[in-house]
Amino acid sequence: MAGFNKVVESYDAAMAGLTDNMTIIAGGFGLCGIPEGLISQIRKMATTNLTVVSNNCGVDGFGLGVLLQQKQIRKMISSYVGENALFEQQLLSGELEVELTPQGTLAEKMRAGGAGIPAFYTATGYGTPVGEGKETRKFGDRSYIMEESVTGDFSIVKAWKADKYGNCIYRHTAQNFNPMAATAGKITVVEVEELVETGSLNPSEIHTPGIYVDRVIVGTFEKRIERKILTPTTNNQ
Amino acid sequence: MSLSREQIAMRVAQEFSDGDYVNLGIGIPTLAANYVDKDIEVMLQSENGLLGMGPYPTEEQVDADMINAGKETVTASKGASIFSSAESFAMIRGGHVDLTVLGAFEVDVSGSIASWMIPGKLIKGMGGAMDLVAGARNIIVTMTHADKHGNSKLLDSCTLPLTGVNCINRIITDLAVIEVKDGAFHLKEKAPDVTVEEIKSKTAGKLIITENTPDMSF
Repeated sequence: MAGFNKVVESYDAAMAGLTDNMTIIAGGFGLCGIPEGLISQIRKMATTNLTVVSNNCGVDGFGLGVLLQQKQIRKMISSYVGENALFEQQLLSGELEVELTPQGTLAEKMRAGGAGIPAFYTATGYGTPVGEGKETRKFGDRSYIMEESVTGDFSIVKAWKADKYGNCIYRHTAQNFNPMAATAGKITVVEVEELVETGSLNPSEIHTPGIYVDRVIVGTFEKRIERKILTPTTNNQ
Repeated sequence: MSLSREQIAMRVAQEFSDGDYVNLGIGIPTLAANYVDKDIEVMLQSENGLLGMGPYPTEEQVDADMINAGKETVTASKGASIFSSAESFAMIRGGHVDLTVLGAFEVDVSGSIASWMIPGKLIKGMGGAMDLVAGARNIIVTMTHADKHGNSKLLDSCTLPLTGVNCINRIITDLAVIEVKDGAFHLKEKAPDVTVEEIKSKTAGKLIITENTPDMSF
């Protein structure tokens, strides 16, 4: 009896069932809080024609950027991209399509998708290129556009601690899009730094309840820093 | 003389009120955090999910899990909270952030702003800018009054693709403080040693000037 034990022992098992043409929702902001090992596994599986919903697309050779090398991504739904040369190249050659989406709208699309809400109205993007072709509606004296939610065949999530039941806690700003991503996948896979005994996490402090999680794998993380900026040192104190 | 980046940031910081929750964009707006009046408390929001952004870390404090919206390493200030992106934009979109300060390419007399896309150039995306201008109660733009060819960035109507419509309240440039209301720019303050004539010549949109425009003070 596996019961609620979601733990898998290999990356092959973690991403089993991923095939070409699927949609993947990924947590992370820049290189912060990204499921590094699951991304590597997708690269290893060499699945193609993927749609990836993620705030960013990593950098050359790290994060989701590694999936560009084998041209595995057909479409990105993101708020900010182009920190990598390969991305630009594939975009210009037409191999890659991008749907630029305001950051808050992207987060809400995932949240709504996971919560069973097919669409919502937001003032964000009204009167801009983002609103073109979308249904608009006035509530009170303000105009809004309708945005459809997103769901994925897979969600890949990075958490700090999880128990075997898939209850997750995120650390600092590595939380970002991860909790919403966790809710919006048909199969949600969480890669964690630390697997803890079920019952040892304080139930009041859990960010993602295990009900959203299908598989948990313990990973090792490089945690690369994109822009290391230090406080100016002062000698007079 | 036109203001330096630091002087624009100093002037921006005078817009902060005690108890304000403020979101500062990348560039000059971020610099304003260095000039907050010592007698007031302001909490900085970073849209990747941090309310109470502190200074950059020391080497020992550097933590890959602790970054700001510009993807720079950062610290949390006393009383900070950390949350998801959905929660972060609920604060922004829901009008709970008192003040947003951001840069722009163009602003027009109706308060519309263009800040994210120049057709023909590679488009990297709008990030959180569209949500911020749609949500904050008070939005200030910082930018140079004219581009490097001398073309005004304060227009009757924006020419570039918009970030948001009818949302900008105030513009702080290297030459002036401008209020945007009733379909016009209103000159409120000028940089010391800058003439009203110069401001007039570099403002393409309708500009209302009242007599004796005061100098900005620092």
